Amino acid sequence: MALAGSARAGGRRRARLRSTAMAIARFLVVVALTYLGLLAVTFFIGRVIPVDPVLAIVGDRAPSHVVERVREELGLNLPLYQQFFIYVGKALTGDFGTSVLTSNPVMTDIRRVFPATLELATLGTLIGAVLGVPLGVLAAVRRGSFLDQVVRVIGLVGYSVPIFWLGLMALLVFYARLGWVEGPGRIDVVYEYTVTPVTGILLLDTAMQGQWEAFRNVFGHLILPASLLGYFSMAYISRMTRSFMLTELGQEYVVAARAKGLSEGKIIWRHALRNALVPLVTVIALSYATLLEGSVLTETVFSWPGLGLYITDSLQNADMNAVLGGTIVVGSVFIGLNLLSDLLYRVLDPRTRAR
Amino acid sequence: MTNDAQTWRAWLTSERPASRRQARLGRAYAAWSRFADNRLAMAGLFIILALLLVAAFADVIAPYSAVTDGDLRTARLLAPSAEHWFGTDDQGRDIFARLVHGSRITLFVVILVAVIAAPVGLLIGTVAGYAGGWVDAVLMRITDIFLAFPRLVLALAFVAALGPGIVNAVIAIAITSWPPYARIARAETLTLRHADYISAVRLMGASPARIVARHIMPLCVSSVIVRVTLDMAGIILTAAGLGFLGLGAQPPSPEWGAMIASGRRFVLDQWWVAAAPGVAIFIVSLGFNLLGDGLRDALDPKAAGQ
Amino acid sequence: MSMTRMPIRMPMTAVKNLVARGLTRRDLARGLMGATAAVLLATASPVLAATPKDTLVLAWAIDDIITLDPAESFEISAGEIMGNAYDRLVRFDVADPSKLYGDVAESWTVSDDGKTYTFKLRPDLKFASGNPLTAEDVAFSLQRAVKLDLSPAFILTQFGLSKDNVEEKVKKIDDLTVVIETDKAYAPTFVLNCLTANVAAIVDKKLVLEHEKDGDLGNAWLKTNYAGSGPMKIRDWRANEILALERNDNYYGEKAKLPRVIYRHVKESATQRLLLEKGDVDIARNLSPEDLAAVEKNADVAITNRPKGTIYYISLNQKNPTLAKPEVREAMKWLVDYDAIGETLIKGIGTVHQTFLPMGLLGAIDEKPYKLDVAKAKELLEKAGLKDGFSVTMDVRQTQPVAGIAEAVQRTFAQAGIKLEIIPGDGKQTLTKYRARNHDIYIGQWGADYWDPHTNADTFARNPDNSDDAASKPLAWRNAWDIPELTKKADAAVLERDPAKRVEMYTELQRDLLKTSPFVIIYQMVETAGVRKNVEDFVLGSTSDSTYVFRVSKN
Repeated sequence: MALAGSARAGGRRRARLRSTAMAIARFLVVVALTYLGLLAVTFFIGRVIPVDPVLAIVGDRAPSHVVERVREELGLNLPLYQQFFIYVGKALTGDFGTSVLTSNPVMTDIRRVFPATLELATLGTLIGAVLGVPLGVLAAVRRGSFLDQVVRVIGLVGYSVPIFWLGLMALLVFYARLGWVEGPGRIDVVYEYTVTPVTGILLLDTAMQGQWEAFRNVFGHLILPASLLGYFSMAYISRMTRSFMLTELGQEYVVAARAKGLSEGKIIWRHALRNALVPLVTVIALSYATLLEGSVLTETVFSWPGLGLYITDSLQNADMNAVLGGTIVVGSVFIGLNLLSDLLYRVLDPRTRAR
Repeated sequence: MTNDAQTWRAWLTSERPASRRQARLGRAYAAWSRFADNRLAMAGLFIILALLLVAAFADVIAPYSAVTDGDLRTARLLAPSAEHWFGTDDQGRDIFARLVHGSRITLFVVILVAVIAAPVGLLIGTVAGYAGGWVDAVLMRITDIFLAFPRLVLALAFVAALGPGIVNAVIAIAITSWPPYARIARAETLTLRHADYISAVRLMGASPARIVARHIMPLCVSSVIVRVTLDMAGIILTAAGLGFLGLGAQPPSPEWGAMIASGRRFVLDQWWVAAAPGVAIFIVSLGFNLLGDGLRDALDPKAAGQ
Repeated sequence: MSMTRMPIRMPMTAVKNLVARGLTRRDLARGLMGATAAVLLATASPVLAATPKDTLVLAWAIDDIITLDPAESFEISAGEIMGNAYDRLVRFDVADPSKLYGDVAESWTVSDDGKTYTFKLRPDLKFASGNPLTAEDVAFSLQRAVKLDLSPAFILTQFGLSKDNVEEKVKKIDDLTVVIETDKAYAPTFVLNCLTANVAAIVDKKLVLEHEKDGDLGNAWLKTNYAGSGPMKIRDWRANEILALERNDNYYGEKAKLPRVIYRHVKESATQRLLLEKGDVDIARNLSPEDLAAVEKNADVAITNRPKGTIYYISLNQKNPTLAKPEVREAMKWLVDYDAIGETLIKGIGTVHQTFLPMGLLGAIDEKPYKLDVAKAKELLEKAGLKDGFSVTMDVRQTQPVAGIAEAVQRTFAQAGIKLEIIPGDGKQTLTKYRARNHDIYIGQWGADYWDPHTNADTFARNPDNSDDAASKPLAWRNAWDIPELTKKADAAVLERDPAKRVEMYTELQRDLLKTSPFVIIYQMVETAGVRKNVEDFVLGSTSDSTYVFRVSKN
């Protein structure tokens, strides 16, 4: 009897292992296909844009034989699909080509600009989540009250005001007039060459090297644009929190919990919020991903040398190596965060499990 | 009179509708009265109606031409005054007139994007959610690819490829806007497709296409609509962002986003040039948002709370 | 059939980890207060607003720099850097550009037949690397520029140098003597002015060849590195972010006054203005007319400016049959409100100018026969059979002031019945279309490549081959303007060795173009900078490479 049972159990275990292996394999294929799709679309865009990439390299004055020569050197006269395969082949070895605008390998450029955006986006999302979640909860709990309206209006302003206007105003007030924060740029000229960039995330670098004055300076530069992005993030997160909390607070278990005599605080923060956090985490992840793609407008106003400006400048000059490199980075972030949120959603909400 | 009204109301609110049409109208009426009770939602509706009116009667309302009037030498960057309610811009044109005419373009942009992006997203999302398996995988991969793209890059690329102009900008924005709707629709479909009554309809022999089209989609429509109205502000601002980068509405078109983009040079001293269209965008977004919230509360009473 | 919603119970460790156990409102409030305190403390240290006393900090849009190799570099910002970091045979006096003086060359002679230039170098010169600077390096640098044959090479190859003959024509005679042979007897000022350009910069042969790869003469390495001998050396370049210069103590002449000069990339005029007013930069270079006016009122800031060799123009593609009519060409010139534009859109950053030679170049005249005259334009259009006007497009970069001028012009054109459709695009897009001759009307700028009138005559008044696959594509070609007679005149003017006669020839050329060209020239650029009062001796040069920051000091 026991033998037959264990054989069956062994069989079940093997089957589960096989299905997990298959799931992982499927997952990898999917990721690979998504990347390929990203590359293909970007590549296509690059060839469809009516800008001559050679212009960015040689400039407007170059005689036509120089232009032709450079075009030949860049391989731009080859048929499209051939260029694509060459590119993918090189990309698989980690060589994403050289940017025509900076004369650096694209990966070097991205290793320089991405940490700047990462720093900004992380701090911004943190501010947004730390402020947005409690505000959203309060708005949901006091639904219809004055506090609710105020939170909603603050959020709405965050949606509908152009970020560069708000950024310039913030600079004018907090930097120029009040002097509470540092100005545009990531770090003051004085400290520029005293910090060795290890991770590229200046807060970490200055802290690791014990340069506390520089750390304070970097924070002073970071706080205003991060707050700006945090504000927009908070607007979105508080609204979503409110929405999810309202759904939760309308559930029967809340009524049941109240009937059982649980305190209101425990109900709201321990039970309803925890349930609402399930979809909320995916919302926060998405908000983070959006900030990570780099806001061109914020970066322009604050002279922040980040990924958004890098990709946009490269696109406008048809510097497709740089655009492709940047797109892959952004794409990876999105894919990663999307998959994470998909996973969380399936794990935490049993209703969505298909099988 | 009141007798008629009362019998209408009784008919609409009857708990035992005699025909499907009566049931549908009754539900619509119930939703409408919930909506009408919500004061903020009515404010939103009012704003949108005002926008429609302004756009329709722009020629009558605007005191000057949005394009031709204005002297470069004498009327440039004037502060708000009795002659120019919102001042003049850097070409000497009256800002109020440009705002009023620009409302048409705003409406155009917003409606076109909604009309393109929402149905596409809805279709893809519901089909993916219901079909499951590799159809779901492929569609979601396509969605992911579009989502994974830096949004402005994609829009920029499309506009650059299609050529400048507001219509192409709209198409570009729409192409980058549908993925979130697809995700929402799919998420809803996933939770709905195991519901009992869907199974019942399936047992009755309905084809998958029919189930998706007539049963699942209508249930997802409301959340997609709500999301679309909440996105309106973002859409208008994306158009402004494109204008910022030089690829939006063609000058001298009084598109609000382009007005902000070109007004940003004067933000420090002649703040009204960017502030006026900014406030306009804000009010319109506010209206859409309130409308969207109200719609959501009205269409899904469970989400509205106790 | 209602759907019962199951409450989700909580052994979800994932979610548990996300919310601290028993997070109450009090905890939240305490957390927020702590965070705020930390932030306030962090920013409580007084904002060190001033720039360091030993460093000059400039805010400038330097995103156009794509290479630091002088044989390749052609952008405006890079030009200034090269001008400060690299020496050349001769330079011109910033105060009077017609006066040339020897930089690396101590003296020079021109042979009687006008085709041989002999330069005697200063002795004991050194590069920043410590290597000695001799005729070997001079000859190498010029040969290298010609052999690499990149964008600025034409400045040297236009007097007969090519890959095949350059080693013959540019020779080192001994350690302190270099000889250059030209193919024709050009005006000596022309040749010498070309040698002041950045492409003729002297690079450290030993250092450059150490980093040579695949016969590229060190180009790949020099794109992001430095091998010069100028008063400043390039310490660091982070594209679109910062460029740092440091004093070169091996420089032969007067040493730079400040040990460090830093260029910060700041794109927005408003941002530059805020930085300048706060003292976080010493000099702001891209202020718009409005920001200039505001900054002028600031007691700590002064404005300095200099007319540059750059002119802004509107050009009419002669491939468009309507625009090819001479009456239309002239009518368009009467439909621009030069004065209004001059008083508003370009105030402080440009002056109205209508001829193709910017003021300051030899032979430039300042005649302004055109003003806004709608009646006259209408008359001309009627003569051309276009009484009801016509439709046409203009490709416009969405940068100021060009975009603003385009809109103003759109309205004045409309007064004569011309319907102008503006096609916006970014810089490279419009340029691509322009070079392919696919435009109707183009609005843009042209800057002098070197300080001699031929630089503009070569592009506005010369079109040796108007076919679609011509080897050279000057502006006249881009607008399909077929001008064999004017080309001959321009060719003669560059060969004229008598300066007075040269002036006459260029005056005539300018008047010819004023009458018949498809170029509606609007203004000459004035470069303007906001400078904090404690900065001394900052003088803008007339070309991109003659703004010498090594002469600046702070008190």
